[in-house]
Amino acid sequence: MNSTTTQFVSSRRMGMYDPIHQIGMWDENFKQNGNPNAPPALIIPMHANLDNQSEDTSHGSQDTAGKYEQETSKPYDKVQRRLAQNREAARKSRLRKKAYVQQLEASRLKLVQLEQEVDRARQQGVYMASGVDSAYPGYGGCLNSGIVAFEMEYGHWIDEQNRQICELRAALNDHRTDVELRILVESGMNHYLELFRMKAVASKADVFYVMSGMWRTSSERFFLWIGGFRPSELLKVLMPQLDPLSDQQWAFVSNLRQACQQAEDALKQGLDKLQLNLAEAVASGHLGEGNYIPQVATALEKLEALVSFVNQADHLRQETLLQMSNHLTTRQAARGLLALGEYFQRLRALSTLWATRPREPA
Amino acid sequence: MEKVTRLASEKGVVIFSKSTCCLCYTVSILFRDLGVQPEVHEIDQDPEGLEMERYLARLGCTGPVPAVFIGGNLVGSTNEVMSLHLGGALLPLLAPYQDHADHALS
Repeated sequence: MNSTTTQFVSSRRMGMYDPIHQIGMWDENFKQNGNPNAPPALIIPMHANLDNQSEDTSHGSQDTAGKYEQETSKPYDKVQRRLAQNREAARKSRLRKKAYVQQLEASRLKLVQLEQEVDRARQQGVYMASGVDSAYPGYGGCLNSGIVAFEMEYGHWIDEQNRQICELRAALNDHRTDVELRILVESGMNHYLELFRMKAVASKADVFYVMSGMWRTSSERFFLWIGGFRPSELLKVLMPQLDPLSDQQWAFVSNLRQACQQAEDALKQGLDKLQLNLAEAVASGHLGEGNYIPQVATALEKLEALVSFVNQADHLRQETLLQMSNHLTTRQAARGLLALGEYFQRLRALSTLWATRPREPA
Repeated sequence: MEKVTRLASEKGVVIFSKSTCCLCYTVSILFRDLGVQPEVHEIDQDPEGLEMERYLARLGCTGPVPAVFIGGNLVGSTNEVMSLHLGGALLPLLAPYQDHADHALS
């Protein structure tokens, strides 16, 4: 770390010997350079650029310098000059120190942020390659910059989710109007749609990562079904929270749950077939002989197909959410979203409790 | 393409598929669960398969397989079938072709 990092100040300003004005201007410059990655600047000595001034508006500095040099024979002036220089040096030193401290503070803040991100990733059971430089090979399978990006985005997604849950809870407790609730419901739905979009991108980067649920906490992973939650199971959990439902709504939700289950079963069977085909492709042919190459191509094709299965599973989740929100009143939808959000919040909290539970000595 | 249209109208529920495509398998499993017996055409085993595939893509099928036709009309690919089913609109479409009703379209 450089100890002399201050912004270059044009010497013409130096001529305006107004300490308060100068400090204000220096502060401005420091604010711009508050981040620790700013390249260090040099201190230019007071006299150095006198010849290079493009706008010679400060006759003051030139005159002052000239005056000092001409009158070096008079002891009183010499002392005055020395005192002025000392004051100047002291002032510069204070400003340098201030700049240094500000940069330290900024670095400390960044460090705290990075620590929080790492903690969050650890809680989710994943070791994150340094989020700043994804060229680092990370521990475990994630060498993928697409996955590193996804993990960071997911962290932000969770933060926003928590905020939305609080807002929903407050809105329902305060008995706000349907119009206000509708806005919150729309945001909630869009937030989930955003997650599915993120997952689609991540699946292209590394489908196995998404399928294994590595980005989720351990207890969420227990319920994992093709890279996420199982819609029919979730409906089962949430339906009691939506009471009272009209008869018509009950009928619709029951049918939806059944349709979900049928779609899920069909999807799972397709996935099982894919698994079988992949195993056969890997097992068949004689490794090391010429005809291995076609089998590899087939196997790779199967893996590509996996992406479409994960996408289809997310499509089911999305459709379930959309259908529910279309058939519930605004208030019911708000309660449903709150229940859904809280459910996952609790699962995540459970993971943390589990990880930090007191263990008996072996 | 005449062949596709003809095949699509031969039975109540027709799926154009590829033998290697597991999502196609998913869709046919779903239909069987819902009580219909779809007619499955594996276009990768058809000499005119490539042309059929291009035609289905032009019709708007994302995939382009599986391409599902009900009553001679294009329903779509996996996404469309799933959306219809979750919305409750698939079963009414399939009703005339379910096992208990012995219908053939011609």
